[in-house]
Amino acid sequence: MAVLEVDGLTLALPTSGDRASAIQNLSLTVERGETLCVVGESGSGKSMTALAVMGLLPRTVQATAGTIRLDGRDLLKLSEREMRDVRGREVSMIFQEPMTSLNPVMRVSDQIVEAFEAHGALDARRRRDRTRELIAEVGLPDPEAIARAYPHELSGGQRQRVMIAMALAMEPKLIIADEPTTALDVTTQAQILRLLDGLRKKHGTAVLFITHDFGVVSEIADRVAVLQHGICVETGRAEDVLRRPQHDYTKRLLAAVPSLIPPPPKDLRGAARAFDVSGLSKTYKGRGLFRRGREVKAADDVSFAIQRGETLGLVGESGSGKSTVGRCVMRLIEPDSGSIKVGDVSIGGLSQRQLRPLRRRIQMVFQDPFASLNPRRTVGRIIAEGPIAQGVPKAEAMAKARTLLDLVGLRAEVASRFPHEFSGGQRQRIGIARALALDPEVLVADEPVSALDVSVQAQILALMQDLQKRLGLAILFVTHDLRVAAQMCDRIAVMQKGRIVELQPTAALFRDPQHAYTRALLASVPGGANVGARLDLAGPL
Amino acid sequence: MLRFLLSRFAKGIVVLLAIAILNFFLIRLAPGDPAVVMAGEAGAADQAFLDQLRTRFGLDRPLVEQLGIYLKGIASLDLGFSYRQNRSVASLIGERLPATLLLTGTAFAISLGLGILFGALAAARAGRPADTLITLGALVFYATPLFWIALMSQIVFSLKLGLVPNVGYETIGAGHTGFARALDIGHHLILPALTLGLFFTALYARMMRASMLETAGADYVRTARAKGVGPAAVTRRHVARNAVLPVVTLAGLQAGQIVGGAVLTETVFAWPGIGRLMFEALAQRDYQVLLGVFFVSSAMVVGFNILTDLVYRLVDPRIEAGA
Amino acid sequence: MTVLRQFARNRGALIGLAILLAVVAVAMVGPWWFPQSPWRMAGRPFLAPGANERFLLGTDALGRDVAAGLVHGARVSLGIGLVSTAAALLIGVPLGALAGYAGGIVDDLAMRFTELFQTIPSFALAIVLVAILQPSIGSIVLAIALVSWPPVTRLVRGEVLSLRSRDYVLAARTLGQSTTRIVFGVVLPNTVAPIIVMASLMVASAILLESALSFLGLGDPNLMTWGYMIGAGRTRLIDAWWISFFPGLAIFLTVLALNLVGEGLSDALNPRLARER
Repeated sequence: MAVLEVDGLTLALPTSGDRASAIQNLSLTVERGETLCVVGESGSGKSMTALAVMGLLPRTVQATAGTIRLDGRDLLKLSEREMRDVRGREVSMIFQEPMTSLNPVMRVSDQIVEAFEAHGALDARRRRDRTRELIAEVGLPDPEAIARAYPHELSGGQRQRVMIAMALAMEPKLIIADEPTTALDVTTQAQILRLLDGLRKKHGTAVLFITHDFGVVSEIADRVAVLQHGICVETGRAEDVLRRPQHDYTKRLLAAVPSLIPPPPKDLRGAARAFDVSGLSKTYKGRGLFRRGREVKAADDVSFAIQRGETLGLVGESGSGKSTVGRCVMRLIEPDSGSIKVGDVSIGGLSQRQLRPLRRRIQMVFQDPFASLNPRRTVGRIIAEGPIAQGVPKAEAMAKARTLLDLVGLRAEVASRFPHEFSGGQRQRIGIARALALDPEVLVADEPVSALDVSVQAQILALMQDLQKRLGLAILFVTHDLRVAAQMCDRIAVMQKGRIVELQPTAALFRDPQHAYTRALLASVPGGANVGARLDLAGPL
Repeated sequence: MLRFLLSRFAKGIVVLLAIAILNFFLIRLAPGDPAVVMAGEAGAADQAFLDQLRTRFGLDRPLVEQLGIYLKGIASLDLGFSYRQNRSVASLIGERLPATLLLTGTAFAISLGLGILFGALAAARAGRPADTLITLGALVFYATPLFWIALMSQIVFSLKLGLVPNVGYETIGAGHTGFARALDIGHHLILPALTLGLFFTALYARMMRASMLETAGADYVRTARAKGVGPAAVTRRHVARNAVLPVVTLAGLQAGQIVGGAVLTETVFAWPGIGRLMFEALAQRDYQVLLGVFFVSSAMVVGFNILTDLVYRLVDPRIEAGA
Repeated sequence: MTVLRQFARNRGALIGLAILLAVVAVAMVGPWWFPQSPWRMAGRPFLAPGANERFLLGTDALGRDVAAGLVHGARVSLGIGLVSTAAALLIGVPLGALAGYAGGIVDDLAMRFTELFQTIPSFALAIVLVAILQPSIGSIVLAIALVSWPPVTRLVRGEVLSLRSRDYVLAARTLGQSTTRIVFGVVLPNTVAPIIVMASLMVASAILLESALSFLGLGDPNLMTWGYMIGAGRTRLIDAWWISFFPGLAIFLTVLALNLVGEGLSDALNPRLARER
């Protein structure tokens, strides 16, 4: 018998919203010891599904039809008091943000003990012992020390392990994991996925796993349900859905996942050198009155060059220094040492004032399309801002802005609108148009697609490749995503602790990684070569 | 912990030094001859007396030297001399300080305790009558002048209803000792401490309520509910424990306001503390006393701040030593 | 506009606005309503409210009309509240913007300086300043401004600090815009909303501070103020409560109104701020 049976579930949204329901007529089952992945993009209703099972829906969202049966008992019919007894005991949940999901002023052990306490399980002594055992079971070192620690003393991966220990405490029949690895680095993600899968096998727990990442799906799913705008468009065995998707939407989603196999290399022979960075270093010093803060080498003797029309990927996990390098070469952060040359002009040693007229030659695309556009300016003005600052007459700059909007695939008429009227993908197009308004030779793209849904991501990547071909841009592409890097970059530099540990043509790097860290990174990419499509072969979306 | 205390004390001393320097320049801000200003209205006319002052404070020497003399005096707890009362300022203040410490300390404790309690209650009953009542009350007391509340409560509770003594620190001539005396002082303390604390109670209650409502939406609160923890425990352990942190920070920042408010409260209730001393000095334009009280009240605030930092460190494990 | 509509939906804010407009109206027409000096002995002393129809709110110990005092006091209270708040903003905003945008050692120094002023008991400092400079409208405004700017600096610094690392400000730098243009054209316009909210609350606390100074006898000797009236009436509280009661009520209503308006503004402006983040 299925542990969880959702049948005909409809979740109504408040009437003021743009959609009547978060979930419509959803049916799915999870068997004992099975992992069901619910996949969808943002707004698909996948998280609402999870909260509905937990009975933790926001007050404004109501279940108006259907049943949620856990071991045959309809959870929707339970009172809040009865539901409270179910939560934690029969079904528990792991959330996305390990940094904020633990109470910052409570010790780890107290937070795990609380799971027993809430259900009156065990005596104080046994609770304490079980807590230690759980901490050890989720693979944390020195359980005694971890138990005494406060959350801020642990890393993101360690905190997520604590969350898992907490979820396991009462040995529930069902664990719901809502994007539990999305906020983690790729190597940590691989460890957590392995841990979850191992625990599922060992305890025979059913797992409802919510994710947007088909790579993750291919790693752990037994079965898959694909959600689009609150409607389940396809369910089936993982293998079937990944290999032979039936629904059009599933097919499009899968085609938008970048493959780890790089496309054939571009011919860049004879291209001029556009960008040259050498010996770039930046150390952050903590400040304190009575003690020396610790020093962090964010960039340590970093050197690379990029030709016209070439994309160099700067790849690494959080804290590797890749973003620092991106900002140093833009002189948004002052490097301690090193030279930066655009074409023949060195911009490294100049003062900010001297630098200003040269800024047009190197431009940047930012990560968060919601934060990178001034909310008080019209889109046309945002794009024209650069040329105006460089002395172009305003009317001319505004005319150019309209041309650029057309170039990045938006209508010229939208120039008079404000940023909040656009979607994330559209905003990123505007950000690209702003960068191109100054006809730069070099474009620094700092995680330009990591805040976007996978289908939008594919569009933006295709746009960037197209623009590069047309304008001969040299692109420094900073990313944590090896799939994106494989499809976008001609060469890739792998960064770890501020150093470039390996720099190779993309094909060579994936075929024959030299550095141990590169190998670890490649091995951690969820789904490996099993999922993904070549970007240049993907159809129009 | 020791390092934390040391660093806070060092910081406090730097602050006091800065305030002493400010104090020094304040008296030279006054229009006219600093010697005349220092003498107050007591001996302004007496030329020989003024000359004596000039020599003592080196008023005819360069400013830096004068500052040196002044700071040396402060360091040895010499806060000047009141020619009006013919006593040293330090002894005048020393005599009055305990009453003020008692009053401000009680008001601080009452306002923080009640503020947190009422704020938490209002948040827990958000939108219901109890919340409306507390919110309205906080709004009213937040807008009422302290000295006016003091006057009005004096009329109502003391003069009309006779529940508590009208003015003063203890019953004069009663000759109470020991516990009876403490009780008597406590009886006199009720009204001044409550009126002084009311504004701050309102302030902290508003802050606590807002903070609770914000914290209720935190991820870790959802985590606790997902564990099956009951609503009372969620509110107490997860919401309130975190919501109280910004209130404590605010309380530290407001310490100076409580000490300032003591001037008004002590004036109305004839409470024999340094605030009342300041009011008396004001009427007599006794600047030495005025500046002495100003310096000592600043020192009190520095003390309160160290105390709240200490409390904050105890309630928030994220604060590291020296930070 | 959505901000106005948001504000209009807030009942408390509307009540506050109504009270505030009434006080402003009274202050404006005051000299025509009571053309005589409020210091003038107008009738018998200690007339209770209603005892004589000429003196709706009664008279004080010297036979001065309490109502006339209230009306003239409104001008002083509002005037000092507005001017000293403007002066405090003039100190606080530039210092906060400088500290937040320059960062590093400039920020450190500015913030230590601000903390120092926040440690000093502000009311005590105001008393000392006014006493030493001699009570006058100028010294009172100066004293209030000098003790009110630190929160402004902290607010502006905090906002600027967070805006400075916002991507759209970085983008403006990469476009080659000058620092002045970025600070005044991009950063500061986005801090206006919280500054407006804070300013309305500052006017309220300035009025409270001014009344407290006047109460202690540190008011401008030429100006009739609410605080002075309360202080003057306090020795005859039992037999003539109205002398102190009505000015206190006036202060309370004005300050309450400003707080309500400030809160209404804050609620109306904040959702937009949240969206922008």
